[in-house]
Amino acid sequence: MSNRSTEPDRGQEVRIEGARQVASSRADLQVSEDHHLCPGCGHPVAWRILLEVIQELSLAQRAIGVVGHGCYTNIVRMADIDFLQCLHGRAPAVATGVKRVQPQAAVFTLQGDGDMASEGLAEVLHAAARAEKITAIMLNNGVFGDTGGQMTAASVVGQRTKTSLEGRSPELHGYPVPVAELVASLPGAAYVARSAVNTAGGVAQTKRYLKRAFETQTSGAGFSLVEVLTMCPTGWFVPTAAGPGYLSDSMQPTYPTGPLKDSLRPA
Amino acid sequence: MSPTVVSRGTVTIDVERCKGCELCIPACPPGVLHMSSEVNRTGYRYPRLSPGCTGCQACHAVCPDYVFEVYKYDRPQLTEVSPGPVPAVGGAE
Repeated sequence: MSNRSTEPDRGQEVRIEGARQVASSRADLQVSEDHHLCPGCGHPVAWRILLEVIQELSLAQRAIGVVGHGCYTNIVRMADIDFLQCLHGRAPAVATGVKRVQPQAAVFTLQGDGDMASEGLAEVLHAAARAEKITAIMLNNGVFGDTGGQMTAASVVGQRTKTSLEGRSPELHGYPVPVAELVASLPGAAYVARSAVNTAGGVAQTKRYLKRAFETQTSGAGFSLVEVLTMCPTGWFVPTAAGPGYLSDSMQPTYPTGPLKDSLRPA
Repeated sequence: MSPTVVSRGTVTIDVERCKGCELCIPACPPGVLHMSSEVNRTGYRYPRLSPGCTGCQACHAVCPDYVFEVYKYDRPQLTEVSPGPVPAVGGAE
């Protein structure tokens, strides 16, 4: 892996007498642990489990990520796999092209809710309707975090953002777009699930869903989507420690977690 | 005789990388992490480990800043703790 050698050393390896390491701070496909995302952000947790899943499924040499625009785009600086960045919201369309010329590649998109639900809803729905054999991953934190915390189409009713300071009102702003349910209703979608990274259990669940989504892609069954609810305490105006609670109290009633569709496992 | 606490695992904490979000504190099932009162070079308080870690990796799972490495002891370690309130807590609670 080329760029690993140029990175500074991991520091001294810690050896603890009579103990074996069971979890490393750095995933195998990670070239750095440093990122500039805010304290309490949920995105880096999703990054790490995404890289772990790619490694565990032995897809590292043929994984191609297509990222949109958002805080999560910084994964391109710390992951040792190939990435393309494309126009805001257009990742599923670009990933379609990548997958069609490189059918053996494991192609995934990494997008936010602003990217997928606000800017590029058409792209993800059409990619799912065409049953493109790609995996779309949506990190849903309910705000345009990268541009300062504006409301997105996926902000929940009552959510305060920079552009809905009194809370999202159905009269003024309408209702949130449940992307996972929309995609699940299309016959071309083979696997759809939603999870959250606000608890250790949720992180483990997210990892299982991501694994299943990539397995769906490699089996050629069709389009797969995993919506991951993540914390954005900065955009939500809450203390970092209150982020996981805000997610479960405010977002999860609108966005229930769990598998929505699994065509590999008939009901 | 002072009470003993069993540690089946332990963690290393990279305090300089920590951004003090405190997500690990409630995530820890045995509740053996608490925030320090002192700060790191970037001005954030960071978690500290008291005896009683089970090596369950919950802190590692929820940490956005990749601060934790988790170890399991081959044989559980016994630590004698002084009776009375558990180690001085850095003011997080």
